[in-house]
Amino acid sequence: MSVIKWNARAGAYYDSVVLMQLQRGLLELSGVLDAGVVMATQANRDLLAANNLLPENISANPDDLLIVVKADDDASAESAIGQVDELLTRRKSSSAQQEFRPRSLSAAVKQLPEANWVLISVPGRYAAGVARESLELGKHVFLYSDNVSLDDEISLKKSAREKGLLVMGPDCGTAIINGIGLGFANHVRRGLIGVVGASGTGTQAVTAQIHNLGGGISHAIGTGGRDLKSDVGAITAHQALDVLARDPDTKVIALISKPPSPDVATQLISAAQSTGKPVVVYFIGYPAPARKIGNLWFAVSLSEAAEKAVEQLSHKGTMSVNSDQLSVSSRKGYLRGLFSGGTLAFETMVGLQASLSPIYSNAPITNYQLLKDPLKSEAHSIVDLGDEFFMVGRLHPMIDNDLRIRRMKQEAADAEVGMILFDVVLGEGSHLDPAGELAPVIKEIREKRIGELGELEFVAIVIGTDEDPQNLQSQVSTLEEAGAKVFRTATEAVEYVSLRFGSKKENEFTPVNLEQLNQPLAGINVGLESFYESLIAQGAQAVHVEWKPPAGGNERLASLLAKMKSKKEN
Amino acid sequence: MNIDNANTTAVNRMMEARPILKAVAPAKDVIPGMKDNLFLHAGPPIEWARMSGPLRGAIVGAMLFEGVAASEAEATRMAERGEVEFDSCHHHGAVGPMAGVTSASMKVYVVENAERGNRAFSNLNEGYGKVLRYGAYSDEVLKKLHWMNDVLGVALADALASSSGIDMRALIAEALHMGDEGHNRNKAGSLLYLKLIAPLIAKVVKDDSVESEVLQFLGDNALSVLNPVMAACKAMTDAAHGVEGSTIVTTMARNGTDFGIRVSGLGERQWFTAPAEIPVGLFFSGFSQADANPDIGDSAITETAGIGGFAMATAPAIVTFVGGTPKDAMNATLEMYEITFAESKFFTMPSLEFRGTPTGIDLRKVVELGITPRINTGIAHKNAGVGQVGAGLVRPPLEIFEQALLSFAEKYDL
Repeated sequence: MSVIKWNARAGAYYDSVVLMQLQRGLLELSGVLDAGVVMATQANRDLLAANNLLPENISANPDDLLIVVKADDDASAESAIGQVDELLTRRKSSSAQQEFRPRSLSAAVKQLPEANWVLISVPGRYAAGVARESLELGKHVFLYSDNVSLDDEISLKKSAREKGLLVMGPDCGTAIINGIGLGFANHVRRGLIGVVGASGTGTQAVTAQIHNLGGGISHAIGTGGRDLKSDVGAITAHQALDVLARDPDTKVIALISKPPSPDVATQLISAAQSTGKPVVVYFIGYPAPARKIGNLWFAVSLSEAAEKAVEQLSHKGTMSVNSDQLSVSSRKGYLRGLFSGGTLAFETMVGLQASLSPIYSNAPITNYQLLKDPLKSEAHSIVDLGDEFFMVGRLHPMIDNDLRIRRMKQEAADAEVGMILFDVVLGEGSHLDPAGELAPVIKEIREKRIGELGELEFVAIVIGTDEDPQNLQSQVSTLEEAGAKVFRTATEAVEYVSLRFGSKKENEFTPVNLEQLNQPLAGINVGLESFYESLIAQGAQAVHVEWKPPAGGNERLASLLAKMKSKKEN
Repeated sequence: MNIDNANTTAVNRMMEARPILKAVAPAKDVIPGMKDNLFLHAGPPIEWARMSGPLRGAIVGAMLFEGVAASEAEATRMAERGEVEFDSCHHHGAVGPMAGVTSASMKVYVVENAERGNRAFSNLNEGYGKVLRYGAYSDEVLKKLHWMNDVLGVALADALASSSGIDMRALIAEALHMGDEGHNRNKAGSLLYLKLIAPLIAKVVKDDSVESEVLQFLGDNALSVLNPVMAACKAMTDAAHGVEGSTIVTTMARNGTDFGIRVSGLGERQWFTAPAEIPVGLFFSGFSQADANPDIGDSAITETAGIGGFAMATAPAIVTFVGGTPKDAMNATLEMYEITFAESKFFTMPSLEFRGTPTGIDLRKVVELGITPRINTGIAHKNAGVGQVGAGLVRPPLEIFEQALLSFAEKYDL
């Protein structure tokens, strides 16, 4: 046997939605069979009656709140009615309220308009699409995803370069922008060292060690492992070097990569020279061309790269070759090296290969750089005139200068040649006055070239001591008087030649906006939620996109959608 | 073809439309193609055999109202034998809440878009309780319909004729600032409507008791304005239809069996349909989810035009439909920005710093993100004549948007 209890509250207005919810609350109470909570209008009373919920003899006006409970027994009914106020004021706990999580990038951008980065860690086949959209929205991209095709990487990076944006990745694990770590990154203090890293763990090792040595990081810009391959051409690394060069808060740059393609290495080193800031280069597994070339230091390990970078912070005037030694315009044309000493020739080639590539030789570093004909130079060439090829029926060029003089004249006749580099090795057994024979020829060639084919520069490496029979001092001054630049070691000559050929090319790309890069990092995260949580934990502003594959992964629809988007460009 | 440009054109036509409530007149005098044995209904076209309980009930009621049949049995027989015709309201520029059944002699609101001249129509709202739109057709229901046609309808017609019309865009914009979202909550809008129409009625109705009766009826019914609002939304969305290359959805409607949509850049009568879902919501006392009919009514025209469920953020009083907190209401609107092409220039929401409501559902975004439009709706009992049993939220089936996308690709050779 059930009982019905009711309660009317005069002039208590509640929205019908609130009442329906109250009614649901009452139904959840124990012993309650049915409940009705309505404003006591005639229509509502009819409704209650239809459900056998209208008690007899009730007195209520249409403006009254009528609460009716049908329960197993009196106690349950009374108890339910007693809980009405509590139910009416019951609120969802505030922890149940969740910020809106956008599903699309465009909605995320509206939610966080100041976002300057998009972090992408969705499955590879979707990553390029998300990256492309990010670039269209004018955002830099941290592309953690791997399995992005090389073609996509190239087209993304080219498009980013046009817009002055960075694409760090694909497969970029680590970056630190403005003190905020993206992806996997150590907590390091902010400081004056900028890092360009094509290797995630390499970047972590170097930035961590810089911190441990007391230094700090301005920005650590990741490039992704393939950036330094020929196909990609180090687009991101070039942009990164350029922006760090312009950043007044970056005093020293560290450039870290697995071995780059040789042509890419040459261009990057040239770009690094152009920064005018000390740059520590560590191409893991790539032979260091020298310890130092101008503003570049070459490290042989990750930890040494960190040490050198920190050291450079306290050094002033680090250029050993004064910039006033360099003429205003950099050297044009080809280098021709005419060496009597094979080892000197080889060391010079190794030193120069980072900044001049390729260098051909009759005794080359790699086979593809072999001169087809030792008697004929090509492009940049370094010829070992002491090679046995030249020795048939002839004295060694350390004793007999004839071969070298004739070759100098041969090279000078080629208008494309801009510099002749040669060695003079003094000591017992050598010619007694090599400078005396070479200087008049140098003088004659230089004068002739100025008149006809344009300036030709001579650089000499003189190996000897002040006790040698040739008189070192007079040998040097004779060559200098003839107009040659003289160095006493191959290392110095390599540095000088590198800097002379180093081009200060105007950038052919839209520079990355430095001011924007130096604004507090605000990120939109698409993919791994932990990257979002990490941004928030570091105090950065961030929005997480609740990403799903386009069209629920239906490839036919997704490809149609892609076409319907690209219609924009028609 | 440039889809974005086409969509810009379509959405601008939609939100810049200026719907003016001009007149009340018999359906057959104003609705194109309306005739004596034709019965218009909500949603996509449907044959009698597949109609749900509430729609059948409403059609029976309308046949009795028109005097086409003398009894339920006769009406049913005639419908089964195809002796009367049915068509979608949307094929005639009309919309109606729930069953939406409109017959030749019923008085309808006439709304005209001052920008482009197109007109839209909607029947008069009957209020609560046992009503035709939920499939009720008792004598009491028919009596009220006759009173509405002969007394209320005449008063409204005369009142509007004595004025230059009521600017519905302005009315909706104001109501959105007063806690309405324009679909499930129309309390403020109905009061604004009463405020605007009352002086006109007072001017034209000579009999005090009739005047009192009419004003009482309009004032008691918090849904009075729903039908003119729907007609206004129809005038807006029709203005956006037929833009070559546009992926904007211009119709969402349900007939109690199927949910249907139409797309601006596709055919005038090209519907994409799938079985309607059963709304989830809160129920009146004595009813539960088990009593609910599949989704029914043309009122989703409000969401199509960028209000209703899309403007949830501005209607905190009914947030319980979407989870219970104002934050949830906010999130509901934010979600709809994901799938819309623009933000309304005229309908703004104070709670979102007067951001425009999400306007112009873009087929592409719905399919890409898998987010379907949110529709606030009343819930009908599955049996004819029982009436409304609750209110809640429903979404269209995703597959109809996918179908539409495929048809679009086919038509435009993508």
